[in-house]
Amino acid sequence: MMLLILLGVPLFASVVLAFVGDRRYAPEINILGSVLNFAAGLGLAFQVYLQGPSLAGGKFFFVDAFNVYLAVLTSFVSMTTAVFSRRYMRREREHGRVGHLGMRFYHAMFQVFIFAMLLCLLTNNVGVLWIAMELATLSTVLLVSLYRTPTAIEAAWKYFILCGVGIAQALFGTVLLYFAAEKVLGEGGDALLWTNLSLVSDKLEPTVLSLAFVFLMVGYGTKVGLVPLHNWLPDAHSEGPTPISAVLSGLLLNVALYALVRCKVLVDGSTGTHHAGDIMMGFGLLSILVAAFSLLRQKDIKRMFSYSSIEHMGIATFAFGLGGPIATFGGLLHMLVHSLAKSSIFFTVGHASQMHRTQEMDRIRGLIKGNPLVGWGLMFGVMAIAGMPPFGVFTSEFLILTATIKDAPLLTPFLLLGLGVAFAALYRKVQPMVAGEVPSYQKPMTVANLPVLLHMALVLLIGVYMPHFLNQWFHTAVELLK
Amino acid sequence: MNLAVAAQIISFLAALVLLCAFGMLVQRRMYGLIHLFAWQGLFLSISTAVVGFVAGKHHLYISSLLTLSLKVFLLPYILHVLIQRLKIQKEVETVVNVPMTMLIGIALVIFSYHLTAPVREISTLVTRSVLAIALATVMIGLLMMITRRHAVTQIIGFLAMENGLFFAATSATYGMPLVVELGVALDVLIAAFIFGIFFFHIHTTFDSLDVEQMARLKEGD
Repeated sequence: MMLLILLGVPLFASVVLAFVGDRRYAPEINILGSVLNFAAGLGLAFQVYLQGPSLAGGKFFFVDAFNVYLAVLTSFVSMTTAVFSRRYMRREREHGRVGHLGMRFYHAMFQVFIFAMLLCLLTNNVGVLWIAMELATLSTVLLVSLYRTPTAIEAAWKYFILCGVGIAQALFGTVLLYFAAEKVLGEGGDALLWTNLSLVSDKLEPTVLSLAFVFLMVGYGTKVGLVPLHNWLPDAHSEGPTPISAVLSGLLLNVALYALVRCKVLVDGSTGTHHAGDIMMGFGLLSILVAAFSLLRQKDIKRMFSYSSIEHMGIATFAFGLGGPIATFGGLLHMLVHSLAKSSIFFTVGHASQMHRTQEMDRIRGLIKGNPLVGWGLMFGVMAIAGMPPFGVFTSEFLILTATIKDAPLLTPFLLLGLGVAFAALYRKVQPMVAGEVPSYQKPMTVANLPVLLHMALVLLIGVYMPHFLNQWFHTAVELLK
Repeated sequence: MNLAVAAQIISFLAALVLLCAFGMLVQRRMYGLIHLFAWQGLFLSISTAVVGFVAGKHHLYISSLLTLSLKVFLLPYILHVLIQRLKIQKEVETVVNVPMTMLIGIALVIFSYHLTAPVREISTLVTRSVLAIALATVMIGLLMMITRRHAVTQIIGFLAMENGLFFAATSATYGMPLVVELGVALDVLIAAFIFGIFFFHIHTTFDSLDVEQMARLKEGD
């Protein structure tokens, strides 16, 4: 029941917002919808905590330890993003970067996007998972080009084409998966239900599934932003409105990785080997290294942080590929803390670039003196994302590193190199932006404090104290993904 | 209709689908491309109906009708209108190195047959040999998107890929569950509206639909 409310709220809110349009109270309705959605998410989490995994809507939806925390995370980050976007988008409107129609479109599509991601996470049907993923892409394509500048249109076109092509490969993979499943489970919708598939995964034809995994890896890997399929990501993140960058980076990449991991479990069950994991480790490690070195060359602040997202998704993919209880636990935790830290960074980056009316890092200076919350928020955000203790990212990266030393010692230096270079690059770029004197062109402005503070507090909390329910879910999910 | 006849009909239609894909690869005129795309959709739709008839799967008739209305009528119509509105009907695109593109296309077909060999071995369906052609259609669509520089051509390549995927779904498995097929069709429809909007945006911003001009976003040094 909670599950249907969770899915229904954003859908309903998007319809309402499409009618409300650019009226003065539209952002408030957006926030209200997201708050209700988060409440439903908490309700669902509570339900799962008390009763364990459950099916709903005639086996069409399901919720277990793996997807419940991602669903709550999605509704939480979308809520804080809605709060952040209220002031941010109002200011963009005043600056004339977005028009009347644009605002109507922005609010309606924001909610459709949230709906698509939640559907992705909660559906039991692997085919519907694909459809929802495509819907999530389509709903954000025109948001990336919202400003209608030549670069924004170019970025959106790239996003549309590359993700469209990528996701088409995933559909082919899904067809192959269904082909194998049909032999065991019989025809009809039941053969694509994940709960059924995972029960019989050892009976699925291994040759077909290993072929399917290649397509699924390329398809969903494009959406995760893994190198060398990552070309769309920095463009889409840097050219779109900042709230959209925050949800793309913090949520969509997670959801795509979730889809990939779900498929990997089936393939592993069928083949009984570690091939799928090896492929994921390869992509992950390559992403970490390429992204870390690309960080050094960036001039645009949002572009730099999108490369950092590629790096972190690489770390999580690597962890899931490595497998084993510690690495999987680390991967799950990493998805959570990266999402919180990265969206918080994008909030501060959005404020910083509005204060300076530019995204060029060379022109952003003196943030701490200009606006302490933005300055310190960015500083602590970067420290968190670079893996400094006591933030949560340190915990997850430490776990993953420990597991690597144990299970794949030869890869440890590469992993360390990537993490080290990323840390150095981020610190070198961010330090001059936050420190120093306030430049003459910096405009003071009131900012949304709550989202940044909330996110950073959570990242810190998870770093020093892991709540019992989260620990329990992660342990159950580790069992599930074995 | 017995199975052997049906298998032959389906193979014949598959060959026509592949032929259309090759035709699109080298077609230089916009209208010609759209017509080829519509023909491909028609063959696909007939083949889906035949599979549905032979296998006794009535939901395939719905998929067949869906393909017919969406890919033979609606999408080509939308593309026609867009081309007229944007006044690019006379535009003839230069295709880089036709023989080379054809050769790569042929290589892709062979590669597809090689890749799907294990699947064909274990399949018992009359349509199993079609899977390789479906994959080849997907790959040729991809090749078309890479070699062409016009936004409209890229989209037609994208839609041809979608045709190939649909063909795979009906041929490898006698159709995906209906809810999945309806969802995929809905996604294609939304995509159609989005690229329609995009054409206008690109046209007004860059004054042409040549995607070569979109090269501003690069890694700075």
